[in-house]
Amino acid sequence: MDAKLNYVLQLADTCLIHAQRLGEWCGHAPVLEEDLALSNMALDLLGQARALLTLAGALEGAGRDEDQLAFLREERDYRNIVLVELPNAAASPSDGSGGRDFALTTLRNAALSLWLELLYERLQASADTELAGIAAKSLKEVRYHRQHSSDWAVRLGDGTAESKARMQAALALLWPYFNELFAAAGVDGTGPAWRELEADWRARWATLMQEAGLSLPRDSAMQPQGHLGVHSEHLGHLLAPMQYLQRAYPGGAW
Amino acid sequence: MDLAAARTRLAAVPDPEIPAISLVELGIVRELRETGAGLEVVLTPTYSGCPATELIADDVRAALAEFGRVTVTMQRSPAWSTDWITPEGREKLQRYGIVPPQCSAEQAIRVVPKLRCPRCDGGRTEQLSRFGSTACKSTWRCIECGEPFEYFKPI
Repeated sequence: MDAKLNYVLQLADTCLIHAQRLGEWCGHAPVLEEDLALSNMALDLLGQARALLTLAGALEGAGRDEDQLAFLREERDYRNIVLVELPNAAASPSDGSGGRDFALTTLRNAALSLWLELLYERLQASADTELAGIAAKSLKEVRYHRQHSSDWAVRLGDGTAESKARMQAALALLWPYFNELFAAAGVDGTGPAWRELEADWRARWATLMQEAGLSLPRDSAMQPQGHLGVHSEHLGHLLAPMQYLQRAYPGGAW
Repeated sequence: MDLAAARTRLAAVPDPEIPAISLVELGIVRELRETGAGLEVVLTPTYSGCPATELIADDVRAALAEFGRVTVTMQRSPAWSTDWITPEGREKLQRYGIVPPQCSAEQAIRVVPKLRCPRCDGGRTEQLSRFGSTACKSTWRCIECGEPFEYFKPI
């Protein structure tokens, strides 16, 4: 695959799958305000994914639009990082949680939105004017996501014994997957290599975790490879309900 | 073609989600021009995921239908900013019960503003959530009159 197309898809798919996971909270969040917040952030990310997938379709030059890329690609063609496809809870849905853990969602969203903020800041300087425009627009949105999810991370980490324990458990679970945030290669003139974000991200993350009273786990050598198309068992289960309508009724449109 | 009449007609198209103000007052209309084939309207979407985007394009096409073929173009860059909401637009938002942005987009993120209640003008208010019924607003309440209200977030 063309390196530039690959780069755009890695970001587009990460936004799309993250939006799907946030969207699963619609109607289920702990309070109404958070229900709206999670849905709003999911919508922003979905909008960003749409713009990026449209650009990817143009780069590919095969006549595929955003919908065909989102709904008709196979699991292995997806380039999102594994972190975003993990379910919203570590435990099984049968434990009464409905398969959703607000601590895990909050922590992942804080990590992702900080990462997106750093990435979009740099992408604004892309020589590709379309990509630069998408980045400038999206940056405004993810700053609100980062602020909101960071506030919650501190509130829960520095909260009750129960909320702290759940945040610490979420951090332990997600920690190895954060490695993939710095894995994808850059493309000259298009965007930075993700490893260029690592020093900034780790410094700001450490500050946030300290404020939240959470301790960082030991470094992990795990290298997830969703950005190369190698996914966990969870992505297929996410794509099946997301894609079934378009596959059952090919070409169906609003 | 009477471009001035088309401009007047366009100025009357309300935002579908906040019908108190028009698309022009919201600052999302970049251009209205005559092309060989008819009219072209250039719009800047507010938020990437705003679900009203398609509806807005339909409303514009319907409002200008009598002037011939209408093409609506979405232009993402430069990104829309609440700094582009017109003074009339701000006033109408306030009257409608939505506090307009209190600072420029650049200063927006760092501080939670001190807002006055748009209903009773009370000064003791608090933010309930940074997100509201749409992505562009946050949710507040007035401690003095007890009423909830919304704030148009600077972006």
